[in-house]
Amino acid sequence: MDTSRHPDANSSAALAADDLIVVPRRQYGIWIGTAVTLLMAFFIVQAFVQNPAFAWDTAGRYLFHPQIMRGLGNTLILTVIIMALAIVVGTIVAIMRVSRSPILRAFASAYVWFFRGVPALIQLIFWFNLALLVREFSLTLPFVGTVFSIRTNDFMTPFFSAVVALALCEAGYMAEIIRAGIKSVPPGQSEAASALGMPYRMILKRIVLPQAMRFVVPPTGNEAINLLKMTSLVTFIAVDDLFYSAQAIYARTFETIPLLIVVAFWYLTVVSIMSVGQYMLESHFGRSDGTGFSVGRILRNAIGLRGAAS
Amino acid sequence: MTIDPRSRFGAPEDAMVFARNVRKSFGPLEVLKGVDIVVPTGTVACIIGPSGSGKSTFLRCINHLEKLTGGILLVDGEFVGYELRQDKLYELKDVDLCKQRAEIGMLFQNFNLFSHMTVLENIVEAPMRVRRTPAAEARQDAVRLLERVGLVDKINSYPRELSGGQQQRVAIARAMAMKPKVLLFDEPTSALDPELVGEVLQVMRDLAQTGMTMVVVTHEIGFAREVGDQLLFMDEGVVVERGDPREMIANPKSPRTAEFLSRVL
Repeated sequence: MDTSRHPDANSSAALAADDLIVVPRRQYGIWIGTAVTLLMAFFIVQAFVQNPAFAWDTAGRYLFHPQIMRGLGNTLILTVIIMALAIVVGTIVAIMRVSRSPILRAFASAYVWFFRGVPALIQLIFWFNLALLVREFSLTLPFVGTVFSIRTNDFMTPFFSAVVALALCEAGYMAEIIRAGIKSVPPGQSEAASALGMPYRMILKRIVLPQAMRFVVPPTGNEAINLLKMTSLVTFIAVDDLFYSAQAIYARTFETIPLLIVVAFWYLTVVSIMSVGQYMLESHFGRSDGTGFSVGRILRNAIGLRGAAS
Repeated sequence: MTIDPRSRFGAPEDAMVFARNVRKSFGPLEVLKGVDIVVPTGTVACIIGPSGSGKSTFLRCINHLEKLTGGILLVDGEFVGYELRQDKLYELKDVDLCKQRAEIGMLFQNFNLFSHMTVLENIVEAPMRVRRTPAAEARQDAVRLLERVGLVDKINSYPRELSGGQQQRVAIARAMAMKPKVLLFDEPTSALDPELVGEVLQVMRDLAQTGMTMVVVTHEIGFAREVGDQLLFMDEGVVVERGDPREMIANPKSPRTAEFLSRVL
């Protein structure tokens, strides 16, 4: 037995490694898990298909119902307006949070503390009821008199209060994301820019914020998806978004489940589209990593340079 | 009013950088305890010294990245960061400070190229945005400078795709694009692999030959000996010894200089 350990000593033992048969380890656990999962998937699908209460044909009928379409449109408009405002306000608050002035920093921290801390629904109802707190807004100048005056209820429509409330709330989250992005840019970058004679605002705009984007985009995508779903809260103050429209229909026809399916379908569809958009944005801002795909870079290399354009 | 502060504070006419009794504290810690330096126009001053001796802090004072706690610092006859009016130093507005800094180039240990921009964009950014140089002209300058540092073929690369030595050469081109009066080097080769040090030193040597005024904080004693017009040894916040590089390296007078040189040579 001992001599056979030396391949040279015993030619029959000098088997090439390729000739050896590999016996895979038996992974019973995975087989059982797979079987159970498949079985459960079958039951779930069966339950969905066979339970008449789901009423798939009814759901299909309402999928492109004009009222649902209008609701979907409003949900999308709300999401876009609120997100755009939240990014603008959030950027301002984030810049205040990294400012040299302790007052600005304290104000920005208080903003984030308050608007992240109070539930969105409560903020929403609060803004909707602003008239209880302030009856009218007016601007009165000495010697000139009242320049303008407007009753709170005249402009605090449900839609406007939804935009204000959710934008301010979302800005609290965006401020933190953008601040983290700004902090992620190495201080040497702004030092080099200062040494080249660039003023602070130019450094922020040209050097720091573009580099912060790489870190800001992925969580912002998540925020946008969250916000899309969060807009369903506006149902409480009777803005006819997607969910409100569905409610309005099933309050009349009692086809609750099919309409909820319609709502879920549209939210899922929009979220899927947004995920693709997020992926493309990430590639764009990650282009200097060499991993991303960038149309700009390909074009630039093709023409030789961009300098003249910017 | 038009008197050059140089004559008033006893600086030579041709002093590009003039420092007298420059002090700098970070809280209770005094990093610079009165530094005096004169760098005549067109010469190269090399500063050596152990880490923590204040040499990098002094360099950063020259372009006001650090604010002085005391003393006088003139670049080309002007206070950096201040304006002298009726015996008072008024702190400059951001705009005017930026104008001064644009005249003073600085190179960093970690290169600090803008990582989201290509080589070309890095170089034309400041001339176009700060000096409002037309794009075509800025581009021509950039190409010419890249030829000088031997990196024209990398014009559309991102910093991440370059070696450390290449990045530092681009950084030099970027600083030169502002046509500065003086270049400050803060340990420009310390972060480089040994085989990449030579290419950066070669570019610096070429610059010195064109008559560029340079202040170089470095550990490259060989470079200081060969290129430097004067050598300063700093320790614990003061200039311990200064003189002709060749002579000082061969026969240091201060025992501290001798000890430091024996460790790095």
